[in-house]
Amino acid sequence: MEVGQLQRQFVEHTASMFHEGFLDGQFSQLQQLQDESNPDFVVEVVSLFFQDSERLLNELTRALDQKCVDFKKVDAHVHQLKGSSSSIGAQRVKNSCFNFRNFCEEQNTEACFRCLQLVKQEYLLVKNKLETLFRLEQQILAAGGSIPMME
Amino acid sequence: METGFSSPRTDAFPAGLRVLVVDDDLAWLRILEKMLKKCSYEVTTCCLAIEALDLLRERKDGFDIVISDVNMPDMDGFKLLEHVGLEMDLPVIMMSVDGETSRVMRGVQHGACDYLLKPIRMKELRNIWQHVFRKRIHEVRDIESHEGIDEIQMMRYGSDQFDDWHLLSGHDLTSGKKRRDVDSKHDDKDLGDHSSAKKARVVWTVDLHQKFVKAVNQMGFDKVGPKKILDLMNVPWLTRENVASHLQKYRLYLSRLQKENDLKASFGGIKQSDSSSKDPAGNLSLPNSIKMQQNDSASGIYGMPGNKTLPQSVDQKIHESDLKGIVSLSVMETKKAPIHDIPDPSKVSSSRMVPNHPFGQLEQEVKYARFNSSIPKQYAWSQVPEVQFKQEHKIHHRVENGFNHLPLPGLQHHVQVDFIQPTPSVSSRPFNKEREKPASIEIKPSYNNFSSHQTIQVAPIGTATNLFPVQSESYAISFHTPAPTLTATLSMKNHGLNQIFVNELESAQRNLISGNCSGFASSDGDLISCLLQGNSYATNVELQNKESFNHNCPELFVETPTCLNDAQRFDYDYPWESMEYPVIDQGLFIV
Repeated sequence: MEVGQLQRQFVEHTASMFHEGFLDGQFSQLQQLQDESNPDFVVEVVSLFFQDSERLLNELTRALDQKCVDFKKVDAHVHQLKGSSSSIGAQRVKNSCFNFRNFCEEQNTEACFRCLQLVKQEYLLVKNKLETLFRLEQQILAAGGSIPMME
Repeated sequence: METGFSSPRTDAFPAGLRVLVVDDDLAWLRILEKMLKKCSYEVTTCCLAIEALDLLRERKDGFDIVISDVNMPDMDGFKLLEHVGLEMDLPVIMMSVDGETSRVMRGVQHGACDYLLKPIRMKELRNIWQHVFRKRIHEVRDIESHEGIDEIQMMRYGSDQFDDWHLLSGHDLTSGKKRRDVDSKHDDKDLGDHSSAKKARVVWTVDLHQKFVKAVNQMGFDKVGPKKILDLMNVPWLTRENVASHLQKYRLYLSRLQKENDLKASFGGIKQSDSSSKDPAGNLSLPNSIKMQQNDSASGIYGMPGNKTLPQSVDQKIHESDLKGIVSLSVMETKKAPIHDIPDPSKVSSSRMVPNHPFGQLEQEVKYARFNSSIPKQYAWSQVPEVQFKQEHKIHHRVENGFNHLPLPGLQHHVQVDFIQPTPSVSSRPFNKEREKPASIEIKPSYNNFSSHQTIQVAPIGTATNLFPVQSESYAISFHTPAPTLTATLSMKNHGLNQIFVNELESAQRNLISGNCSGFASSDGDLISCLLQGNSYATNVELQNKESFNHNCPELFVETPTCLNDAQRFDYDYPWESMEYPVIDQGLFIV
């Protein structure tokens, strides 16, 4: 694929992510922080986000699977997930955590479980999109082009 | 710029600021690191609180500021905050994705100098250096206070007090200088006597102070301003800055007296001479209603020197403590002449405390009431309105402002030091230290109108207490004068000192009261120091609430120490100056 095309795809893809609320201003901040000294800054941070999130989601699944659910622990994990998603601007993931915490307070296992499903779903969506984005970036660079700056 | 900046750092400040970031979220750790580096700071990251503490302990002087997340698996962020505040006395910034008021409040209570919400933006991180700076200038002031106190003692006994004061002035200059740098308002060159690189401090002799007070009174408290005062005084070598700083101190002094007066009033038996309280106290009531949050364990953080950190029960306690502090200031000995009249040096330095407080009605006779030791116990801060002290950083801001300048001599320093530490991470320098010399401060605020202010945001008072490290000195403050003066000082609290002082105050007060007012041989020194302290306090307070000071302390100070740093350019209309330096004749005023 030629560079121009890739670049266009990149731009469209990024725009849609913002538009659909998958990403927010924080992500732009990260992009701005990236510079020559850290050319892979965004990728690094996003990878850390992936790692953290997956770990937390696993913990949550396990915690809610217990006979006797420890809601405090669940709440703590959700809080962490919230913080983590805010780091890269994964807006939808962050928002889905909001209700989750409320249900934790109510100690409603069923509702918590449903929330968890929702959070997982959002996470997978954003992960997918981000991976596509990075792939496009790689392709552009490989083809000798430069990454278009998004406003 | 990873090199350790020490002095270079100061030059290029805030570049090279050494920041320690603690967060269990690796993504955030990475992001913050990047952001801070972009701000030209030197960053160290840590994902465990325990590790962070170890790091801090290892490199005792290796960091300037700590940024920590609230939720961490191994240790609660608040706990870490407390430890850092206590052990290392570094400013700590908390951060969290949760911005609930209660949490933020907790943070502040535990001594955080700021609380950031995630996601954190670059611009928020750019300004964190202010917390470091603030701390530094407070510390300088504290140090100077300490030194000042010693010198004051000397002065008290010596005949060439003026010389001593000049000595002290030296210190102030430095700190004052620092402040100036920050404010860049003062022009060092303006200092009248500064011919050398280190500006010599203007010594506010009794004469000079009297001129000052006269000028202030001529114009009326409300309209007083450094420039006008300067003109009226007609002292060629005096600069506007000198006057400004002196005015500030004066105002603080008045407010403090006012507070004390209030205190005394509450104690009963305090006779307040009538002070035309312009309501300085009220004014002092720092508009900033500093709300002091109770510090749970934060008191420790505030590190009030030596004193046991009393939980800063905000408001009442603070008031009391403040009052107490003030009271204690009053010299037990009877030397206390109204500040302005301090004719003889025996006036104690209780003024220190006073200056800090809003100058309530410093009117001419700010006399410090003398409190007997019994007084302390009763600080029933009736006057002290419940000041809500909110320990916010702004408190420290305020405090810092004021204090930095005042290089209170000897005693003053003590007092001041404590006050200045409004910020949680206040390194409490135990007052004791400062006050090595028992100063019998007689505070006889003669503010008639203190009542008006009495809004004491008692915060200052609290600080006042702190100021006087009770441990070593027990000042019996006998307030004859109307409480308003004291109240004024109390308002100082608003400055945010409250929190810190509250704790301190209580202890200080206790000490003070029970104290060992070892009587001042030359109360002047003490008084001056008290004043100075008060001044500094006041200064700080002033800074914070400029508007609160409306004291009319007309001739409180015979001579106002020039300790008011030039940096303090307060255009307060408080005649507190005169009040503050009862012992002015000693030329204690350290500018």
